[in-house]
Amino acid sequence: MPDQPSPKHAKDDPRVEDTQHAASQDSPAAEDTAAVVAVDTAGGAMQPSAVPATAQSGQLPGGSGTVLRRIFTGSGIVSVLAVLLALIIGGLLIASTDKQVATTAGYFFARPTDMLAAVWNAATRSYIALFQGSVFNPRGNGLAAQFAPFMETLTIATPLITAGLGVALAFRAGLFNIGAQGQIIVAGILAAWVGFALHLPFGLHLLLVLVAGIVGGALWGGLAGLLKARTGAHEVIVTIMFNYIALYFLRYLLNTPAFQRPGESNPISPILDPSAVYPQILGSQYRLHLGFVLAIAATVLVWWLLNRSTVGFEFRAVGANPKAAQTAGINVSRSTILVMAIAGGLAGMSGVAQVAGTEKVLTDGVAATYGFDAITVALLGRSTPWGTFAAGLLFGAFRAGAVQMQIQTGTPIDIVLVVQSLIVLFIAAPPLVRAVFGLNPRRRKPARAARSRQAATTGGAA
Amino acid sequence: MAENVALGAEPTKAAGFLNLDQTRQRIKEISDQYGFDVDPDALVEDLPVGVQQRVEIIKALVRNARVLILDEPTAVLTPQETDELLDIMRQLKSRGTSIVFISHKLREVKAVSDTITVIRRGKVVGTADPAASTTELASMMVGRAVSLTLDKAPAQPRETTFEVRDLTVIAPNGQHVVDHLSFHIKRGEILAIAGVQGNGQTELTEAILGLQERVSGSIVLDGRELVGRSVKEVLQAGVGFVPEDRKVDGLVGTFSVAENLVLDLYDKPPFAKGISMSPAKIMENAKARIGEFDVRTPSAAAAAGTLSGGNQQKLVMARELSRPLRLFIASQPTRGVDVGSIEFLHRRIVAERDQGTPVMIISTELDEVMELADRIAVLYKGKLVGTVPAGTSRDVLGLMMAGIPPEEHAQTPQAGTPAATSNAEGADHA
Repeated sequence: MPDQPSPKHAKDDPRVEDTQHAASQDSPAAEDTAAVVAVDTAGGAMQPSAVPATAQSGQLPGGSGTVLRRIFTGSGIVSVLAVLLALIIGGLLIASTDKQVATTAGYFFARPTDMLAAVWNAATRSYIALFQGSVFNPRGNGLAAQFAPFMETLTIATPLITAGLGVALAFRAGLFNIGAQGQIIVAGILAAWVGFALHLPFGLHLLLVLVAGIVGGALWGGLAGLLKARTGAHEVIVTIMFNYIALYFLRYLLNTPAFQRPGESNPISPILDPSAVYPQILGSQYRLHLGFVLAIAATVLVWWLLNRSTVGFEFRAVGANPKAAQTAGINVSRSTILVMAIAGGLAGMSGVAQVAGTEKVLTDGVAATYGFDAITVALLGRSTPWGTFAAGLLFGAFRAGAVQMQIQTGTPIDIVLVVQSLIVLFIAAPPLVRAVFGLNPRRRKPARAARSRQAATTGGAA
Repeated sequence: MAENVALGAEPTKAAGFLNLDQTRQRIKEISDQYGFDVDPDALVEDLPVGVQQRVEIIKALVRNARVLILDEPTAVLTPQETDELLDIMRQLKSRGTSIVFISHKLREVKAVSDTITVIRRGKVVGTADPAASTTELASMMVGRAVSLTLDKAPAQPRETTFEVRDLTVIAPNGQHVVDHLSFHIKRGEILAIAGVQGNGQTELTEAILGLQERVSGSIVLDGRELVGRSVKEVLQAGVGFVPEDRKVDGLVGTFSVAENLVLDLYDKPPFAKGISMSPAKIMENAKARIGEFDVRTPSAAAAAGTLSGGNQQKLVMARELSRPLRLFIASQPTRGVDVGSIEFLHRRIVAERDQGTPVMIISTELDEVMELADRIAVLYKGKLVGTVPAGTSRDVLGLMMAGIPPEEHAQTPQAGTPAATSNAEGADHA
């Protein structure tokens, strides 16, 4: 054929050269890269069965491709949009139970603007109340009172942040730590006991309370890590069971003479010594205590650990690709135990914040739902230290503001839980959020089709 | 086997019962027609890979496929099995089936095709005639002129510093995947381990590195026993290791190029003091390695997973060759790598040898083995079939890869003839 380009011709063709250059120079979109990698490796030197179609998509194996991992470490923009979307839907829910909205809906077709205005009013009134209850209350008496809601937010956020850091850190090492709840409880038990049973000088006493709590959480978490590393027991199941063990052990303890307050029939411990509690850092008009400063310190520490230390390098390597980590000489078992111990220690700080900060006694509600909310916080924070910190603040604000919202507008506190749950839901479905906000990349049908075809032929080859 | 063939398009009797007899009948017909010689009732897992591949082809033929797409079908075959497959393809062609044969092995492509289409990065870059020279084809694949032959000075072997004696690795299922293996490598020498994939190569390298659990025998490097040591200790003894699957074992895809370049050095000075790492030093190292190995990456901070296969391989190679080595092991050093990078990687491997490092190359690609090796050891079912000097013919190596030691087929004057091939199959069944 005369018009068939000869090999030499193709080589000299500048266009060919250009396209190749462009492809290698630009940072190609993830999808393009995936296609390139697939072409590179589908090949052949592997037995067809050894190369499942999924492994050819360019996703690196070793956990990084799992849905859970993508959810936990996805982009921060999705987090922000998920919160926004959850608030919008929460607003609609609030409006749907509003009297004014119900009345105006009656003549919706006559004057639709009335109902829309009512919906807007109902939602904004509630959210303004939420804001006033959590950040700034203009009706407060003096500046100090006006900022009191914000201090309350920080107080509630403290245990959420530290426990959230524990979940996030473990997740970066590839472990799904559901056990923050149990770790908080064990830490609370030890810290409280040191706080009310021992009587030590100022300073030393508090330090010992803190150390006892951190050690308690670290042991409880480290034990789960040990079981995982030595026996392969799945950390999700182990930590869930450890939560129950910790909770019922606490209930048992609160009915023993060692822990029950003398002369009290309720399961409640003695009040901690004044020398064993966190000082209130901004004076006695706020509940905000030293624990918040420690939470900031913990965030900095976790950031440093993950990004600047060899230990964190190991954690991240094991979390992203355990096989490659092992091949590079990293001791995966040691990492597993260590990261669970540190995660437990961080959750333990939440336990200390509860018994030595806000509650000052030990009850069976010491952990409230902080251990479980911590999972959501880590999720929303994309398992990064500062993301988790921000998410902790947000959830603290929700909780603090919810009370004010109910008082001012009659909107039930539960709506906040609905919003929280919606956030989790949307974070778990990034394509949905992107679709709602029109951010989905244009679907490239041809590319996809080509890839699935490729997978099909590989399977059929041998 | 009949069940496998029927899978996906099951013939049914009345009331939806499976009609396997019909499939068996069809398999016999096709088998007779093409001389496949297969038993419809054999279990697929018992069949040698070459025959398994025929099962796949039968599966397509039973459904009256008029176009057959074969994607790198020869990767798991010995050279003799490959020749048989090419014969089958020619037969199919003569009976009117169209075949799309995807391969990176230029020799096979030239042997069997009528038209060759070269694609690069998802684009057709040209078509060629099977009469085109290998060099021409390779140039089209890469987009520039390449030299396919490696200019390699003869090896100057010195003392033996690495020795494996009586090494046995037992897989979790109790199978002896490496079976009483003994060999040695001298300084300044490349020993290539050839063999069809899945004959114990992976387990052998993992045993040396300390990743296998049930290992007996002895592995000695510079007079130190390596069996029973942790991976970290083995690496510290000066072993550089390029794993066969870079994406699984060699790289952390979500880590940056810079981090991957220190994946096994991250806790050593100058990259770390105590447990505190130095990002500046890691970046500095990355810039140097990227330049030295010509790794094409947008930046040192780009995620390694976004690089092309060839560049990922350069990355792994750059890391492993960036420290002084006492032994260099590279498993499938150029798998899935473009022809241009192969040339470069091969030269680096030879350079490492010339510095006096014992080098062990594990490859299932006979071309690569023949090009790089100073000596060639052939593995079959975990055992050493034999060690032969470089320059041994392709036919002899092919038979060794099927488990026949050189002494035996040296007696048959024409190794590689059909008679010898069926002999190889006999060994497979045994």
